Amino acid sequence: MKTDALISMLATGAGAPDRGVARRRFALALGFGATATLLLMVALMGVRPDLPRMAQAPMFWAKLAYCATLATAALAVAARLGRPGARAAGLAGALALPLLAMWLLAAVSLYGTAGAEREALVFGTTWRACAFSIAFLSLPLFAGLLWAMQGLAPTRPALAGAAAGVLSGAAAALFYSLHCPELGAPFLGIWYPLGMLIPAAAGAIAGPRLLRW
Amino acid sequence: MREAEDRLSGQFARALAGDAAAYREFLAGLGALLRGFLRRRMERLPDDIEDLVQETLLAVHNQRHTYDPGQPLTAWVHAIARYKLVDFLRRRGTRQALDQPLDDEEEWLHAPESEAMGTKRDLAALLARLPERQRLPIVHMKLEGLSAAETARRTGMSESAVKVGVHRGLKALAALIREDA
Repeated sequence: MKTDALISMLATGAGAPDRGVARRRFALALGFGATATLLLMVALMGVRPDLPRMAQAPMFWAKLAYCATLATAALAVAARLGRPGARAAGLAGALALPLLAMWLLAAVSLYGTAGAEREALVFGTTWRACAFSIAFLSLPLFAGLLWAMQGLAPTRPALAGAAAGVLSGAAAALFYSLHCPELGAPFLGIWYPLGMLIPAAAGAIAGPRLLRW
Repeated sequence: MREAEDRLSGQFARALAGDAAAYREFLAGLGALLRGFLRRRMERLPDDIEDLVQETLLAVHNQRHTYDPGQPLTAWVHAIARYKLVDFLRRRGTRQALDQPLDDEEEWLHAPESEAMGTKRDLAALLARLPERQRLPIVHMKLEGLSAAETARRTGMSESAVKVGVHRGLKALAALIREDA
């Protein structure tokens, strides 16, 4: 087939493309993924019975805001990375803001604490389970978001996969917050991001294989 | 160069609103520039240039829903052309053309337009390998120019299945090209 014939074929009856595909796919992936993640959390881990009491601590709300802002920034970065030629570097900076804020809180709380108790702030009682629980809960969101990304055209597939991974991890951490007993800023600044990094690394590896177009 | 970009941007905007004639002009102008760009980048693989022009045009078509009207067309086209060129060279196991950085977003706009050459790959042959539910809608709607309703009548498919068939078929064609090389 000659190139002229190809052009003619592509243009014939082309019509207006459906520009809402990306938004719909991300909405579906987040909707179904978040529901599945919530069900997994409730069924296998359980919501804390003392949640009403915990909800009186400002740090509990700071934890939710921390996860939610990370997820929002990651969603914006992922949506950009799905579009050829769109710049994501500035937005990636927005991803660092909640992290820096949490680390600042962590530094303050560690500074004001005596030696022996510092360890408790860093490790809490659940550090062994935290990162893996978040990574596990992120699975349905992770699968859904990679599918959403396949509806777009990422030209940097490893980065795009990693962004989908961070987003699934941050959203999973938000739900995990309803189970997790920890409120120490150093704990939240270390183990939560670690849990998000696991799906991010998986996304960076899977991206180049699954996101070709 | 601004001129070329303004012309293409205008045609593309009309194409995205459903103007097929503007879209044809856009693809023809874009193809001529891409050919010049690739000719410079693939000096040692001249026989593959036209194949890659076709592959890139098909990618532009399949991904046109990812273009954000607030974004410069230059950057969008550059990112697609660069992705397809790098992907092609990787499949070929050569890194030639990559010795010089590919970061200049306007490079393709500066390329001298050039005439179509021969292809090694026959897209018509790849098209014939698609399953019927994709191939028939493409043949009737895109090659013979029939309407979706008429195509639906001839194939016994529903109108929406016809449209889905065209859409998925062109994506499947791009996948066949990737496997083929």
